Amino acid sequence: STQSTWGIIKMLSNSIKKDLYKVVQRSFSSFWANVQQGPPDPIFGITDAFRKDSSSQKVNLGAGTYRDDNGKPFVLECVKKGQALSQQKYHDYEYLPVPGLAPFTDVSIRLAYGADSQAIKEKRVAALQALSGTGSLRLGAEFIRKFMPAGTPIYMPDQTWANHKNIFTSAGLQIKEYRYYQPKTRLLNLEGLLEDLNNLPERSVVLLHACAHNPTGVDPSQAEWRQIRDIIQKRNALVFFDMAYQGFTSGDTELDAYAVRLFADANIPILLAQSYAKNFGLYGMRVGCFSVVCQSEEEARRVQSQATIIARGIWSNPPVEGARIVESVLNDKELSQLWHKEVKIMADRVKTMRDQLVVNLRKSGSPHDWSHITKQIGMFAFTGLQPPQVETLARDHHIYFTKDGSCLLYTSDAADDLLCVDLCGRRIIYK
Amino acid sequence: VLIFFFFKQKTAYEISACTYFFFFQAEDGIRDAQESRGLGDVYKRQYQRRVHGELSKFLMQRLNTLTQQLVAAQRQQDDVFADVQLAPPDVILGLTLAFKADQDPNKVSLGVGAYRDDDGKPYVFQSVRKAEQKIVSANLDKEYAPIDGTPEFIKAAQKLLFAGEDILAKYGRHVVTSQCVGGTGSLRLAFEFLNRFKPGTIYVSNPTWANHNQIVEYMGLRLVQYPYWCPKTKGLNFSGMIECLSQAAPGSIILLHACAHNPTGVDPTAEQWREIAKVCREKRLFPYFDNAYQGFASGDLEKDSLSLRIFLEEGLQFLVTQSFAKNFGLYGERVGAIHVVCNSKEIAERVSSQMKIVVRVTYSNPPIHGARLVQTIIGDSQLFDEWRQELKQVAGRIIQMRAMLRQELESQGAPGKWDHITSQIGMFSYTGLTPKQCDLLTQKYHIYLVKNGRISICGLTTKNVSYVARAIKDVVENA
Repeated sequence: STQSTWGIIKMLSNSIKKDLYKVVQRSFSSFWANVQQGPPDPIFGITDAFRKDSSSQKVNLGAGTYRDDNGKPFVLECVKKGQALSQQKYHDYEYLPVPGLAPFTDVSIRLAYGADSQAIKEKRVAALQALSGTGSLRLGAEFIRKFMPAGTPIYMPDQTWANHKNIFTSAGLQIKEYRYYQPKTRLLNLEGLLEDLNNLPERSVVLLHACAHNPTGVDPSQAEWRQIRDIIQKRNALVFFDMAYQGFTSGDTELDAYAVRLFADANIPILLAQSYAKNFGLYGMRVGCFSVVCQSEEEARRVQSQATIIARGIWSNPPVEGARIVESVLNDKELSQLWHKEVKIMADRVKTMRDQLVVNLRKSGSPHDWSHITKQIGMFAFTGLQPPQVETLARDHHIYFTKDGSCLLYTSDAADDLLCVDLCGRRIIYK
Repeated sequence: VLIFFFFKQKTAYEISACTYFFFFQAEDGIRDAQESRGLGDVYKRQYQRRVHGELSKFLMQRLNTLTQQLVAAQRQQDDVFADVQLAPPDVILGLTLAFKADQDPNKVSLGVGAYRDDDGKPYVFQSVRKAEQKIVSANLDKEYAPIDGTPEFIKAAQKLLFAGEDILAKYGRHVVTSQCVGGTGSLRLAFEFLNRFKPGTIYVSNPTWANHNQIVEYMGLRLVQYPYWCPKTKGLNFSGMIECLSQAAPGSIILLHACAHNPTGVDPTAEQWREIAKVCREKRLFPYFDNAYQGFASGDLEKDSLSLRIFLEEGLQFLVTQSFAKNFGLYGERVGAIHVVCNSKEIAERVSSQMKIVVRVTYSNPPIHGARLVQTIIGDSQLFDEWRQELKQVAGRIIQMRAMLRQELESQGAPGKWDHITSQIGMFSYTGLTPKQCDLLTQKYHIYLVKNGRISICGLTTKNVSYVARAIKDVVENA
C-alpha cells in the first residue's frame, strides 16, 4: 500500500540523513578532542560508589550530610513550618536583589556575630546571600584576588576540606599551609600552628574553620583561640572564617561562634562564609551568607558594592527559596527556639555516636587508644585509618570512608553491627 | 601626674594607649573667660564634682573614647580595603529602584525583563502553583542534588530544549547537560569551561545583553562585537554580521541568541540561520546559543528552537545555555542548564567530568527547588499541557501589546516608521529612541527604560499603552 511504501521511504531517508550527519561530523574533528577525563570528586565520588554498591550491609561514612538514627535524611520540623510560613509571606518568584534577601542577610549576620555585635550596630558588616558555603567561599576568594595586592596567598590548615584548595586555586590565589593537625596525638598541633602564624608575612589571609574542623574534628579551645587571635593581630593578618557548623558543633550557637565573635571584637578584618546546609538541613537549597567586617559604615558600603558586582557575574542573584525559609524561621520567636532545640538534638546525637563508637571499639578488643574520637568535635572524626585500610573497608566490608580516613559519625543505629578495624589491619567483628 | 589604667588584657599597646596626663591649672576664674585649650579645662571643671564615683565613671568614659580614637587612628593607617572603590550601581536594577521610589501615579516601568500581566503585576503560572503543591505533599527531603543536577531534571531540560526530539536517535549526537544557576550561572559555567579547554575570541552581537559583556570582561576574555542591529532599518544587519563572522579565526566562539534577541528583539530568519550555520562550519567557528526565551517569543516551543535544529541538521557542534526564568516565571529560583552537543559518547563523558569540576569550585551543586518544579511540570503530561497553554497566553499578551503600541503610535501620528515594533519579537523592543529622548521620557512622563532605547513590552498594559504612545510621540517630536 502507498502508506507502507511511504513509511519505508521515510525510514530510509531518516537513516540516510543520520548517516549523512555522521559523515559530516566525522569529517570535522571534535571541538572537545583535548578534554581529558576529569577525576571524580573525592567526596561526592564516594557517595556515587556507595550508591552503586549492591550490598545490603553497606554504610556510607563519607559525605557530610546528617542522618537520623534510622540512617535517613532528616528534615527539621522548624524547616517544614518555616516553609509553610514563607509561602504565606511570599507570593511570587521574582528576582532577589543581587546581594540577596535583605531580611535573610540581616538575621544571618546577627546569628554569626551576635545580636549585640558592635560591628553590626555600627553598620560595618557588608553581607551578601550566596550559594551555601561553597558559593560564599568562592565569592570571598574572588574578592580577595581582585582587591588584595597581587600574589597575596591564602594560608589554610594542613588538613582542610578537600574543596578549599580547589576553590581558592580556581579563583587564582596561591595556597600556603600552616600546621594544624598533630597525627601523633590526633589533636591540635598548637605549637606548630602558633609558630607558623607567627611567621606570616604582613597582611596575609588566613583561612580558619570557625568550629567543627572538617575533616579532623579538632578545634582549638577558647584559650587557644585567644592565643591565635593575639598572633593574628600582631601579624596584621586578615581572617577568612569558614563556618559551616554553627549550632551543629556543641549544640549551642553562641558557643560555636566564639572564635568569629572574638576576632570581630578584636577589630581583625574578617571575611565569613556561613552555610545553612547542615545546621538547617537545607543542603540542596544552597543557602549561605558571605560577609565582611569592615572598619566603617562607609567602607562596608564600598565593599558590598564590589562584592555585588562579583556575584552578578557568577550567578546574577541567589535562589529565593532557602533564604525565605531560614529568614522565616529565625525571625519567628517560636520557630527560632524550635530550631535551636533541633540543632542541639542533632549535635547531641553526634556526640552520643562518638561515645558509643569508642565504647564499642574498646569492647571489641581493639588495643589502640581511640579517645581522640571523643576529643574531636563535629560531624567528622579523623580515625587515623590509612588509605589501604580505607580501601579494605570499602571493598570487603562495604563501609565507605574518605581516603584520608575521615569518617562520618552517624549512620545506621546498631553500633552492635559496626565492624571495627584496628590499625594493624586485624578484622574484629563486634556483635 | 602620670596615671596608668590597667585592663584585663595587659598588652603593651593597650597600656600605652591608656596612659593619661592630668594637667591642673593653678589659676582660677580667668580660665572660663578664655578659649578652652583642651583636656585641662574640662578636668578642672570636673574637679569640682564632689562625688568620687561620678568622677571615676566619667574618667572611664573618657578613657574608652580615647582608646577607641587611638585604635581607629591606628586602623586608619593600615586599612585593608582602603583602595576598594564604590562600584556604580547596576543600571537595569537601578532603574527598578528608581521606579519604585517614584510617586507619580502614571509611572510606567519598561526597564527590567520580567513578565507582568495586564495589571502590571508579576504572574505566577498556575501550573507552577500546582507543581508546588505536588512537591509539598510529596514531603521530599532537601538532600544535595548531584553536581550536574538530578537525572530527572536533565531529561526534562533536554526534552524542552529540543522540543521532545531524541537527538541521539535523530542526529547521532550526544548531549551533555548540566543544571546551572539560572541563565547567568550557565553563561559563567560556559565561559569558565571554554576558557579552560578551548580559549578563543568571543564574538558577541552589537548590541547584546549587558551581562554578556560584563562577564566576558570580568573573566579577562577577548571580546569582539559583530554587527547586528541596523539603526536605519531597525532590523538585522545581516550582511555586516556574515562579513564579520567570515573573518573570524577558527576556534572563535560565536555567541548567538537562540530566539527573541535581547535587547533588540530582532531574530534572523530560517534562511539566515542556515547561512550563519554554514559560515560557522566553513570557518570552523564554535556557536554558543543563549536560550532564555523559548516559548516566550512566538508562544510555540518548537518554533522558538528552530535555530538549534538548523544547526543540528548542518552537523555543527555547539553549546546552549538555557534559562527557565521567563518561560516558567521562576526568576528567583535560578533554574538554568547548559547543554553541550558532542560527537561521541566518550567525549561527552569527558566533557561532563570536567564541567562537574568547574561547578564544584563555584557552588558545589545546583539549587533543588526550582529544578523540582520544572521537572514536575515537564514530567507530568497534564501539567505540561497546562503550562504550554499559559505560555501561549503570556506570549500572546506580549504580541498583542506590540500591536497595540504600534497602532497607538501610528494613530497618534508619532513621526517615523513603527513597524519594527511588531516585526521584532520577544520581551524587548529596540525602539530607536535616543538617550536624550529616553531621559525626557523618564523625567517628564515617569516612564522608565534603559538609555539605549530598549523597552520591555511586558511593562505595557491595555491601560497605559496609549499614555506611553503619547509620551513617545512627544519626545520624538521635541527632543
